[in-house]
Amino acid sequence: MMEWTQAGTPVVASFLASMVEFVEALTVVLAVGTVRGWRPALFGAFAAMLALSLMVLALGPSLTLIPLEALQLLVGSLLLLFGLRWLRKAILRAADVIPRHDEAAAFRGTAEQLRRAQGRRWLGLDAVAFSTSLKIVMLEGIEVVFIVIALSGGGRALLPPVLGAAGALLLVVALGLLLHRPLARVPENTLKFCVGILLSAFGTFWVGEGVGAAWPGTDGALPVLIAGFLIVALAAIPLARRRHAGALAASRVGARSR
Amino acid sequence: MSVLRGLAAELFGLFVDDRSLALVLVVWVALVFALSRCGLSPTWLGPVLFGGVILILVENVCRRTG
Repeated sequence: MMEWTQAGTPVVASFLASMVEFVEALTVVLAVGTVRGWRPALFGAFAAMLALSLMVLALGPSLTLIPLEALQLLVGSLLLLFGLRWLRKAILRAADVIPRHDEAAAFRGTAEQLRRAQGRRWLGLDAVAFSTSLKIVMLEGIEVVFIVIALSGGGRALLPPVLGAAGALLLVVALGLLLHRPLARVPENTLKFCVGILLSAFGTFWVGEGVGAAWPGTDGALPVLIAGFLIVALAAIPLARRRHAGALAASRVGARSR
Repeated sequence: MSVLRGLAAELFGLFVDDRSLALVLVVWVALVFALSRCGLSPTWLGPVLFGGVILILVENVCRRTG
């Protein structure tokens, strides 16, 4: 199990990953508040946070009933799926194969959809606004809860990732209150690249622990895994860019010859 | 109900974006688990797991851009 002296990595990983999720949630809640009113937007967000808290309180203690190795294998596998998905997308975005995520464009798109949505009322609240806010905070919140649990090795060392996530929440809420607009300047693609590397490394580490691997240097293997994923991801960007440019050129030649 | 259905779909999407990537990863983890039960040295399990994951990632990126 990770010692406090090595708690820095889960704190940083949790902070960065949670920040990405909170920024995405803030964009939608801001759009809801701006277009349809702040009352249902904030009620939806608080209702989601309450539901998430109840979920964690109900399910959290049951995690300790699962044998440690099985839990590490399960959580590690899920973290690997989650992290590698982010890393793959971040590589493709950095290589300009797929478009980069743009918080300002996401805000405009959501605001437009909300303007067009028909207004129904539920318990005196705008139902569209309430459910949109509830859904996004619930979804991003579940991601944060999963990240925190996974980075803690299945709930065994919760404090470092909880501190990281709480720090990210405070920062994003403070910036949201201060700026009242989406945090478009947060380098989200770079953050996702870093988080993809960290989560993939943690996922590999926990899966290894779960199958009984004797990591060289035990917990010291984690920085080595992070460095390994970083080197490969950085090398994959120019490779992806070259291959994509080659494929585009070939398809243009093919179209001309037809 | 539609909110719950949407949430379930989004939750699935958290882990599975490219289905082939998810499937190959799950198969690889299962294979490493089987190797651990077949007596592969615990010292080798970590490097073998990591090497496979890296190959899966690079192959997927190459396939997506080819």
